[in-house]
Amino acid sequence: MRDFATLFTTLDQTTKTTSKVAALRAFFEAASDSDKLWCIALFSGRRPKRAVTTTLLREWAAELAGIPLWLFEECYPIVGDLAETIALVLPPARQHDDQPLTHWIKTVQSIAPQEEAARKKIILDAWDRLNTTERFLFNKLLTGGFRVGVSQKLVTRALAQCTDQDEAALTHKLMGSWTPDSITFDQLVLQDDPEADLSKPYPFYLAHGVDDIDQLGPVSNWCAELKWDGIRGQLIKRGGAHHLWSRGEELMTDRFPEFAQLRDFLPDGTVIDGEVLAFQDGVPLSFNVLQKRIGRKTVPKKMLIEAPVILQAYDLLEWHGTDIREKPLSERRHLLASLIENLPTDLPIALSKQVPATSWDTLAEARETAREVNAEGLMLKRLSSPYLAGRKKGDWWKWKVDPLTIDAVMIYAQAGHGRRATLFTDYTFAVKSGNELVPFTKAYSGLTDAEFKQITSWVKKNTLQRFGPVRQVTPQHVFEIAFEGIQASPRHKSGIALRFPRMLRWRQDKPLDEINTLEDLQEMLRQFG
Amino acid sequence: MSNVLTFTDKGIYCPAGDFYIDPWGRVERALITHGHSDHARWGMGSYLATKAAAPVMQHRLGDVSIDTVNYAETVQIGDARVSFHPAGHVPGSAQIRVEVAGEVWVASGDYKTTNDGFSEPFEPVRCHAFITESTFGLPIFKWQPQQVVADQINTWWTANRAEGKASILGAYALGKAQRLMSCVDASIGPILTHASIENTNDILRAQGLHLPDTVRVTAETGLKKYPSALVICPPSAFGPWSKKFGPQSQAFASGWMALRGVKRRRAAERGFIISDHADWTELNSAIAETGAERIFVTHGYTSVFTKWLRDQGYDAHVVSTDYGGDEADDSDAPQQDTQDAGAAV
Ligand SMILES: [Zn+2]
Ligand SMILES: [Zn+2]
Repeated sequence: MRDFATLFTTLDQTTKTTSKVAALRAFFEAASDSDKLWCIALFSGRRPKRAVTTTLLREWAAELAGIPLWLFEECYPIVGDLAETIALVLPPARQHDDQPLTHWIKTVQSIAPQEEAARKKIILDAWDRLNTTERFLFNKLLTGGFRVGVSQKLVTRALAQCTDQDEAALTHKLMGSWTPDSITFDQLVLQDDPEADLSKPYPFYLAHGVDDIDQLGPVSNWCAELKWDGIRGQLIKRGGAHHLWSRGEELMTDRFPEFAQLRDFLPDGTVIDGEVLAFQDGVPLSFNVLQKRIGRKTVPKKMLIEAPVILQAYDLLEWHGTDIREKPLSERRHLLASLIENLPTDLPIALSKQVPATSWDTLAEARETAREVNAEGLMLKRLSSPYLAGRKKGDWWKWKVDPLTIDAVMIYAQAGHGRRATLFTDYTFAVKSGNELVPFTKAYSGLTDAEFKQITSWVKKNTLQRFGPVRQVTPQHVFEIAFEGIQASPRHKSGIALRFPRMLRWRQDKPLDEINTLEDLQEMLRQFG
Repeated sequence: MSNVLTFTDKGIYCPAGDFYIDPWGRVERALITHGHSDHARWGMGSYLATKAAAPVMQHRLGDVSIDTVNYAETVQIGDARVSFHPAGHVPGSAQIRVEVAGEVWVASGDYKTTNDGFSEPFEPVRCHAFITESTFGLPIFKWQPQQVVADQINTWWTANRAEGKASILGAYALGKAQRLMSCVDASIGPILTHASIENTNDILRAQGLHLPDTVRVTAETGLKKYPSALVICPPSAFGPWSKKFGPQSQAFASGWMALRGVKRRRAAERGFIISDHADWTELNSAIAETGAERIFVTHGYTSVFTKWLRDQGYDAHVVSTDYGGDEADDSDAPQQDTQDAGAAV
């Protein structure tokens, strides 16, 4: 695994795109086909399943290191990563043989069906054969948490260069439901038949946030739609079967069984891009309703009734088996509209309506009121644009409505992870309720490094109590917290939970008695929950 | 049991000799373990340090008078018998042994037990009570032998040279910088130094220490002449100062580079794990070798390390000090164990 560890270290340490691609190329040129295949799989989130609980790993690591468990637990928050903590506390390996990546993945895969004693033996033996970085990677594979600082795009670019093929075509080949156990490197990367896998989606086209609407030119060049707060999905009907893919390249077909009805009506060779939304009586429900369905592999009947979904369709990528992504959006939308028009109206699919783009002012107005219909703002798409792959600037823009905000006081602070392990960056915030402070959210982004540094030194001097890594601090500093949504949550003391909370501003001008109250939050919940 | 040394809000105090060790408050008489700025501070009535530590201290503290002793030479101060013993941390660094009526305490300042081939090697001193640092007092910190790290640096330097890049290595001005230039393979290319490091080099060379040839970087230095150089500078010089060397690879040398998170925060391409402080293994063996039963734990992971020592049967205590946060590695420490930042005990 030495070569893979070298690759990982380089990717981890350099921020330069060229160095990353060079490191990937070096690996691809030297590795065996099966190591290459596993590398592509790992870097695209196709990880082996977690083979053992982290509780057991901690115990075994402490035992092998000859330290009590409490000492191990003290080290963990300092390092900020379990796999790394284990790699560091273990005594040096007594033997080192350089087995390939595939060997260690097979080892991980072999663990799951074993008895606990046998698992322990395999893992302790592995730890004794790996150096610190290799152990770290092995532990990441064990805990199912493998992540690396490189985009799939760069992996694809390096691989395209090594195998001398077009990057976009390779991107398409690498999508779909393959695993290294179900395909060979040759079949996946070298063979020229992406249609071999009928479930294969197209790379999603992703929009950028727009900074300056004035740069977009005449409004007549644009198609405006409401930006829905659902799950981006690609619905595929090929060879009599249907598949639903998320943007994260996750197959969601079984989670949303209502789309099975579409199979009988969509012609073979149809691929629709859209948003899966909870939807009832002609109106979208809030994201909170949809959230009940996310993460469930199977759906009970009751939930199908309480949280029905539809696909808000906004683009057509394949039509009668032909890839039409090169056609302009106006044409694709036209085809999509006539397709949906001819479907029975009770099917769970609808055309995402265009917001009339008569002037930028009318669009600005529509954006302002988007939240009232549970939308996040507007999507602006150039009518003449092809459907590109990935996040490309110029033709697709999101124009989001301003977030909801509330002023709150920091009451707990905790050190960040990784790059921010030296700073207190994770805060818990409270609002007032009578004379009490009620915690209601955590946030850990939105401030500058300089601000985090300043608060870190303040926290150290104003700690009231410590609970493990968490410090209770004097309630003094007020922050404006921005968030995208709010929902009722009986699990929390405040009774509410926020979506995407972050710190918008450090309100050094605001005294503690001017922060918002729990009643303010409850009012927001009534309005937007 | 009588207390040979006590812990006050000005520093470690010896009532029998009426002196302080590494004080941070203004005092009449200060005994100094070594020249790092958190241990040797300005404004004391008088100073006593080893002969080898004095020149750098003089340079840093300016116009003060420093009395010196040789290692292992005994000085009588009041009712206390005092001697200095090598701490292996940086050249001239010492553990201070204080004996009063047969009771022996040792204040070790900062130390490492590895011989870096450059500082006077650490010598264990038997005592009843031992005051130890705990900068790297967690079992996640275990150093590789110096030669392994030196080989890593040589490999990195050689590769950079092949690519026509300068090798910029961040290290602290007193100790680490000189240790690095001494252990790398100077035949690979010229070694250039930042002025703050070269000033220290001049002093150390003048007192007879051997260092490889180095070139002081000034405004007039023609950088084109040294395309394959190893440039050693304090981490604060990364940025505009280092930019002028053109194509380059940047690296840090510090014990904290053992942590991926810190390494990433530093945004250097390479992190070399090397420290002038004892690692977990060294701390434990050094403490065991003193034979002391009472252990006082200063700057670092004080509470965790103290709890560990108690588990091992020591009579161990946390001591609040103002040490740490100096140029010797401390500034990169993850902020988890700073409960001793408050008032002294
Ligand atoms: Zn020091
Ligand atoms: Zn120190």
